[in-house]
Amino acid sequence: MTAAQVTLLGVRHHGPGSARAVAAALAALQPDVVLVEGPPEADELTALAAEKDMVPPVALLAHVSDDPARAAFWPFAEFSPEWVALRHAAAAGVPVRFIDLPAGQSLALGRRGAESDADPDAESDAESDAESDPGSETGSDSGATFGADGASEEQEEGSGVPGGTSGPAPAPVDPIAELAAAAGHPDPEAWWEDVIEHRAPGDDPLAPFAALAEAMAVLREHHPVERRDEIREAAMRQQIRAARRAGHRTIAVVCGAWHVPALAVMPTVAHDRALLAELPKKLRTELTWVPWTHRRLSQHTGYGAGIDSPGWYHHLYTTPEQPIARWMTKVAELLRAEDHPVSSAHVIEAIRLADALAVMRGRPLPGLTETLDAVRAVMCDGSDIALALVHERLVVGDALGEVPDGAPAVPLQRDLTRLQRALRLKPEATSRELVLDLRKDLDAERSRLLHRLRLLGLHWGRPVRDSVQSTGTFRETWRLEWEPEYSVRLVEAGQWGTTVLGAATGKAVSDAATAELTALTELAEHCLLAALPDALPEVMRRLADRAALDTDAGHLATALPALVRTLRYGDVRATDTSALTAVAVGLAERLCVALPAACTGLDADGASARRTEIDAVHQAIALLADTAIGERWAGTLAALAAREPHGGPATGVPGLLRGRAVRLLLDDGRIDTAEAGRRLGLVLSIASGPLDAAGWVEGLVSGGGAMLLHDPALLGLLDTWLCGVPAETFTDLLPILRRTFSSLETGVRHTIGSRVAAGPLNTSVLEKGPDAELDAERADATTPVLALLLGVRRPVIPRQSDRRAG
Amino acid sequence: MTTETTSEVLRQHAEDAFAEELAALARHDDRVRPERWRLSPWAVATYLLGGELADGTVITPKYIGPRRVIEVAVTTLATDRALLLLGVPGTAKTWVSEHLAAAISGDSTLLVQGTAGTPEEAVRYGWNYAQLLAHGPSEDALVPSPLMRAMRDGQIARVEELTRIPADVQDSLITILSEKTLPVPELGSEVQAVRGFNVIATANDRDRGVNELSSALRRRFNTVVLPLPATLEEEVEIVTRRVGQLGRSLDLPELPGGAEEIRRVVTVFRELRAGLTADGRTKVKTPSGTLSTAEAISVVTNGLALATHFGDGVLRAGDVADGIVGAVVRDPVADRQVWREYVEGVVRDRDGWKDFYRAAREVSA
Repeated sequence: MTAAQVTLLGVRHHGPGSARAVAAALAALQPDVVLVEGPPEADELTALAAEKDMVPPVALLAHVSDDPARAAFWPFAEFSPEWVALRHAAAAGVPVRFIDLPAGQSLALGRRGAESDADPDAESDAESDAESDPGSETGSDSGATFGADGASEEQEEGSGVPGGTSGPAPAPVDPIAELAAAAGHPDPEAWWEDVIEHRAPGDDPLAPFAALAEAMAVLREHHPVERRDEIREAAMRQQIRAARRAGHRTIAVVCGAWHVPALAVMPTVAHDRALLAELPKKLRTELTWVPWTHRRLSQHTGYGAGIDSPGWYHHLYTTPEQPIARWMTKVAELLRAEDHPVSSAHVIEAIRLADALAVMRGRPLPGLTETLDAVRAVMCDGSDIALALVHERLVVGDALGEVPDGAPAVPLQRDLTRLQRALRLKPEATSRELVLDLRKDLDAERSRLLHRLRLLGLHWGRPVRDSVQSTGTFRETWRLEWEPEYSVRLVEAGQWGTTVLGAATGKAVSDAATAELTALTELAEHCLLAALPDALPEVMRRLADRAALDTDAGHLATALPALVRTLRYGDVRATDTSALTAVAVGLAERLCVALPAACTGLDADGASARRTEIDAVHQAIALLADTAIGERWAGTLAALAAREPHGGPATGVPGLLRGRAVRLLLDDGRIDTAEAGRRLGLVLSIASGPLDAAGWVEGLVSGGGAMLLHDPALLGLLDTWLCGVPAETFTDLLPILRRTFSSLETGVRHTIGSRVAAGPLNTSVLEKGPDAELDAERADATTPVLALLLGVRRPVIPRQSDRRAG
Repeated sequence: MTTETTSEVLRQHAEDAFAEELAALARHDDRVRPERWRLSPWAVATYLLGGELADGTVITPKYIGPRRVIEVAVTTLATDRALLLLGVPGTAKTWVSEHLAAAISGDSTLLVQGTAGTPEEAVRYGWNYAQLLAHGPSEDALVPSPLMRAMRDGQIARVEELTRIPADVQDSLITILSEKTLPVPELGSEVQAVRGFNVIATANDRDRGVNELSSALRRRFNTVVLPLPATLEEEVEIVTRRVGQLGRSLDLPELPGGAEEIRRVVTVFRELRAGLTADGRTKVKTPSGTLSTAEAISVVTNGLALATHFGDGVLRAGDVADGIVGAVVRDPVADRQVWREYVEGVVRDRDGWKDFYRAAREVSA
């Protein structure tokens, strides 16, 4: 009996050239078993790969059964050599075995110390198993080194969301960079494209693999092999032995080129067993297929595979004939659809330029760099903006994979089931009300879960207005109703993460990227409610950016109160809100600068809308309790009050807002009634327009008019002015006056009426004074109660007793 | 033309000033040269980007910036498409075009300066009227434009400030660029471009609205945008060098404090231009002005003059603050707000910028 023939096909993960070479080699070899680098637990899932409904990009997902946050992904694109091998085996009806370490053990091992997010190029290159190896594991435990037992790499929940990065780790050997450097080429990516990916397949389909294996063998002589790789290779050798024992005659092994030399020579079985004995105990894991996206493949961190141009690779793989010409046509189509005038002549010129560039740079064929340079110069008028579109839509691409229904359930679903059990919240189709007391741990957890699900678009619980009290911050009332389609939503949400927390974080981060200022403040509020500490910094960063660029003071003015409200919630829930405070203060500062300009030239509707905003901002700034901002805001109000129109109503701040500013300053005790009276006098003097003056009065008086009673001089001024208004103007003023006085409290209105009716107001009332002496004893008796109500320790008697709270 | 006379001129043409480098490159250049090119495209790119030749000749970099830009520009000229260099003022468009022409054709003087009054004769041909009246239309009476000469001789012609040229004159370029021919109906003849002919045009992309290129003309060009300096250090170096040269020609002495203020001016310009602070943490609004390197140079030069003639002989924050505000605040309403936000939000809290903050507040109050 002759020995089984083992053919090692060393590939670059996700290299279209490698994929094509693998397809050719497999077709020539006709192996009776195909061994692929990957977790052996997935062997039973390989049948799904052959199904019609399975559309790459997809990923194998392995997660620890009772801790879905610890998960690893093995992404496959159509141009991945491993995928080609899977499909070939399925078509040829031969078995496929995955031969890497079991996922249960590689997850227990933790992340490979040498794989670093800080060095993305290394990950995307040749061997770099980062692509189809637990390098894409969700944990960010850069501290976990090889040999550490499972317990030492306790991972922070949800830290593996896209964007979560690990600390720097030493860069692994990058064999491609080494080879490129040896060939005198500074750019390893371009070099690899030139010598491997762009090569037309030769006569002997196995020749490229032999050459590559030779190069890797030399490289490995000069570079230490990581312990982890040694163990993995031992596992692979064991699997090859098992395949031989099973009686297979022609065995094809598809693995990273880096491993080929180690698999070519078989050491003793005992040697490999000794290596494998070092492995930690296997964790119980579950595996499934999940849909993947090109965008996800292109990410360097989190679950990404670090391929910069999946769309381009896909194109190269699927279009062997005239790839550049077809690529340029695709670009032209895209640009035309976006209303860029691109003609066939442009396409021709772009191809010519790309070819010429390749010659000039000494490359055999134009690569992605050349084609993009040509597209920029010919089709995009040199602009990077249109090129960004090409990059987004074609170089990366929108491809979204599909997974057949038969694939096992996603871990997010399991996590939710687990949480529902732990929090004793059963999904029921009937609607019921749930009142939560956030001071209790269980209820607080429940509230977080419901908020997180809401972020994911699962409105299982909807917040309802509390029937008991509406202003409490530690009570929440929800209406629970489980809809069947939420299961589907859950599968969709699976792309954001493997746990509810992780997915909500991922979704929030992704939403933040596109949200507008107002939506962002809401999102920040949501992040706090749902307790997503990892998403908050990103949302805050976006918020700060948007606030900086937003030129509309109105947006800032709506955003600030919401943000301050969020701060108060944060206080109640003991969240760290220092970042939030910084953003709120920044926002307030910008508002102080932008507001005066934004208040000029407003019509009546605009002014009244702005007035509401100013009131809200005023309250928010008081809540911020930041003295510097308080001062600045007072300065802004003073500036507002002083900006009188000179030549026509459009040239200054409308009377309504100036009056309001004076009122707010007066309420804060920054000016006294005498000053307010002086200003009222100025506005009511003959020089200013009666309409403007009426607006001013509205701004000053509305929302609490008792001060007119306490300072009869003000009322007197008003009365005198009103009596002096000409009859025809009075008709114009009437609506404003009506509005102003109807907003006053009934009692105040009555008293004002009776005072005015009593006769001349100018002096008489002042002289009269209070009827009796102030009884100090009786007055003091009320202070403890007042202090209790106001929540202050030391009774402070407000300057103006008529002021309404807030 | 002897060497003595050329060194007398105020500014030499690129092909004369760098004649030795060009000769050295030509000696070592064994790559394929397009017809009538003095150098291969690779050597032209090396001439602009700098490098060292096999015999140790150092080629000084003429352009400091991304390699890609020059490679695309040179390659474009090697195809039969014309090259359009776009960029805000002060991004070395003219400089690059002059050196490209010098390296490719050995002659950078075939130049049409685009102005609002550029006549069609400057693009096509004119007539020597004495000859015309005496002998009637003839080849001798024809006064060729630089473009016509470049077509005849297979050389690179340059058109400066293309977007300033009136639209009807721009249109006469279309035939030249697409048909590569220039008909002379008066003589019933035409001038056909020989191989090696091409056109480098420059345009300021802030002035797009002046005489926007028609899409027919635009289609004849490959566009390369020359970016602003990529790093703070690069820009500080450019500003320092230019300020030194300008200062000498204005007889301004070198003042202490210069280096620090230059860095500050460049930092402010870069931050406002990019809409992002240097540490990448805070976004700021962008004012409507260009804030080009050239403007930074003039702000510093102004500051130097102020400090020399009216100040205490040290370049201080107050001397440049005025100039900066002048450069930033082009639109009195919107830009002033941008500037105030920047001063209050960024400058105020920056270490060691107290003096500048005070000066900026004083000026913009």
